[in-house]
Amino acid sequence: MLTTTLTVALVGNPNAGKSTLFNALSGLRQRVGNYPGVTVEMKKGQFSADGVPAELIDLPGTYSLAARSPDEMVAVDLLLGRRPEEPRPAVVVSIVDATNLDRHLYLTSQLLDLGVPVVVAVNMIDAAAAQGLTFNYAKLAERLGVPVVPIQANKGLGIPELTKAIRAAAESGKVPHGPAFPEAFDSVVEQLQKELSGEIPLFLTRRLLLDIGGYVEQWLVERHGEELKAKLAAAREKLSAAGHATPGVEARTRFAWVRAAVAAAVTKPTVRPVTWTDRIDAILTHRLWGTLVFLVVMFLLFQSIFLAAKPLMDAIDGVRESVAKAAEEVMPSGPLRGLVVDGIIKGVGSVLVFLPQIMILFGFIAILEDCGYMARAAFLMDRVMSRCGLSGKSFIPMLSSVACAVPGIMATRVIENRRDRFATILVAPLMSCSARLPVYVLLIGAFIARPGSSGWLPGLVLFAMYMIGFTVAPLVALTLKRTLLRGAPPVFVMELPHYRRPKVISVLRRMFEAGKAFTLRAGTIICAAMVIVWALLYFPHTDANGGSYPDRLEKAEEEARQHVDLRKELKAKENASQQEQDELAKLDEEAALPDKLRGEWKRQSILGRAGRWLEPAFEPLGWDWKIGVAAMASFPAREVIVGTFGLLYDVGEVDTKAIGNNEADDEAKEKAAGLTRAVQKEWAPDPVRGKYGVPVALSVMVFFALCCQCAATLATIWRETKSWLWPAFTFSYMTTLAYLGAMLTFQVGRLIVG
Amino acid sequence: MPTLADLSPGQRAEVLAISGDPALVQRLYELGLLEGEHVEVVALAPLGDPIEIRFSNSRLSLRRAEAAGITVALNADCRMRDSE
Repeated sequence: MLTTTLTVALVGNPNAGKSTLFNALSGLRQRVGNYPGVTVEMKKGQFSADGVPAELIDLPGTYSLAARSPDEMVAVDLLLGRRPEEPRPAVVVSIVDATNLDRHLYLTSQLLDLGVPVVVAVNMIDAAAAQGLTFNYAKLAERLGVPVVPIQANKGLGIPELTKAIRAAAESGKVPHGPAFPEAFDSVVEQLQKELSGEIPLFLTRRLLLDIGGYVEQWLVERHGEELKAKLAAAREKLSAAGHATPGVEARTRFAWVRAAVAAAVTKPTVRPVTWTDRIDAILTHRLWGTLVFLVVMFLLFQSIFLAAKPLMDAIDGVRESVAKAAEEVMPSGPLRGLVVDGIIKGVGSVLVFLPQIMILFGFIAILEDCGYMARAAFLMDRVMSRCGLSGKSFIPMLSSVACAVPGIMATRVIENRRDRFATILVAPLMSCSARLPVYVLLIGAFIARPGSSGWLPGLVLFAMYMIGFTVAPLVALTLKRTLLRGAPPVFVMELPHYRRPKVISVLRRMFEAGKAFTLRAGTIICAAMVIVWALLYFPHTDANGGSYPDRLEKAEEEARQHVDLRKELKAKENASQQEQDELAKLDEEAALPDKLRGEWKRQSILGRAGRWLEPAFEPLGWDWKIGVAAMASFPAREVIVGTFGLLYDVGEVDTKAIGNNEADDEAKEKAAGLTRAVQKEWAPDPVRGKYGVPVALSVMVFFALCCQCAATLATIWRETKSWLWPAFTFSYMTTLAYLGAMLTFQVGRLIVG
Repeated sequence: MPTLADLSPGQRAEVLAISGDPALVQRLYELGLLEGEHVEVVALAPLGDPIEIRFSNSRLSLRRAEAAGITVALNADCRMRDSE
């Protein structure tokens, strides 16, 4: 009787139904395991193996144990018990697709060499039956030398039998053996094993010999030097001469064995039936129809993350505002209230506001992946994306980034190749996201769409801003793939899986998991960035005479509130007396005082002072220090610049949503229009900005098109790459690009204006 | 010798030899594309690259450059024989 927890590893090809089986076994008892130094995550879940508590580790889907990267090596090391953080699995469950047994059993035959009991789970027996296949499972088990259990993971069929088999396999401890390799091969491996003085297990010595340029070779050559490389070349040469060239010898040996086993145990219809996949692919990978369907699907995806998410995001924003208001009312004024209202509540709100987009996108991706369309989309877009050194798999992450880079970066998980994935992550924030729109609209409204200018000009400028991202991103991707992320060209061979009906529960699960991962991991960092920028704009909170700004502000607001009705009354009067007009002017001034105080406060805050100090750096861009401060303060999120502009130009906080929105309420619209006027007015007498208003506005827009002023993006990059290096790199290169782009825009614009 | 990259959709052929980058060759082997396998080109992507092929019960997408390393003999009879 086993008393300790069994460790069980789940291994299978992509699309074998691995996740479905994992969920069927472990239900909601799941968590994510991280491994230092690599980007892979493996899910772990608890289940009962016929009464014995067991931990199930879901290894990444793979076609083979021939590891080519550190990420792939994690799975192999884990199976061999070479990862310090995990015990060696007591049983390996090999899940295979019944409709494509030969190919899936290739991986099984590799698992048989690990020296660990193996249980084979034959999945999707219903689809196989529909194709006219009949199985003799006892025969298959006899040929493979391990227990075989038919299952249908999506319906939970065969799961009790599978857990029984797992327990029995663990208790028997019977170690299987894969197919025998040619003797000549075995003797070369033995020789090599001796020369390495048993440093690595026999399994890895075989991999060292078979995987030309594979991970084991890279790793050992680094340790032993070029001498080993020469030795390997000689050994491979010798095998080739004996008619067992690598890597073909492995494929021939294993497939011969596997196909013989399948031939003995499975009866196939003599004529291959036309499957649904054949029929659907005739349309979906067709040059014309396939392209049309693709465009419709992408349009729906894009619209849903752009538009369907909007009401939800507005609702979250609304809740945040009412919570902030409530907190403002119950808390006494002071730094603590400021921290809670402007730092923490704003921070949490700005994290939650991303959830609708993330969850909708992941719902879409789950459906597209589960039904098999994802690979077709990558197939259709591969040529276009290959122009910038990427592959078709980068298309959906890049497209999603036009709505928001955060879900886009998370969606790069569908890209297996590490360098392609990183290149996509690093350029995704260049795509013009929806948060840039308020910045563009504000500045276009103030400087481009002026009376007398052509009606098509504002639209053209907006279009140009979007095109900046679409042109710069591929160029940067290409540069990265040729420099920092250079390496052997990856293999682009991609399986196009059978079409299947997606399951609602698994789609919901993916949406929930994506939302949870973002909130827990990236959320804390976004909140921290919000709090830091809040503090930089809050302190010092006393004026030159030692008066406290929060107190002065409260008093001024209170006075303005008291006279609000009187002011309205006076304003409405048609023929007011001189005295009444003076009174109104005084009251107007009083009403404007809070915003003036806010501006004064921000201008002498730490960030405000830093802005003035840094003014020479902003000069080549045509910016004054106020623009500089607004740009710096927008580090947590681009759209913050609109609000900060409002504060610095003494019009109070402007609601970003009211910019260019006809449905906003009158007060918010009035404020937004007030900001436009204030910027125009402030810039008019200035020698630089007065004359060159348009180039300055364009320079600010270009800066925001290229910069990475978005803490959420940086936090997500950190989470996905598991290193601070990449977000730091992204921020640096994008800020440099933005600075140079803005400078070029201003300087060229200045020459044109003359 | 024709390669897989020379075939048009609907054409079938037998794989004679696979060459190219070791990682590519190994991946094709792992996916069950061995010498002697019968392959059908199912479709071309909109810009003519990559190509979709079918053999046994698998479908793969390959770039033209990758397919050019797979030399084939065109099947005279158009009935696809599924390799057992």
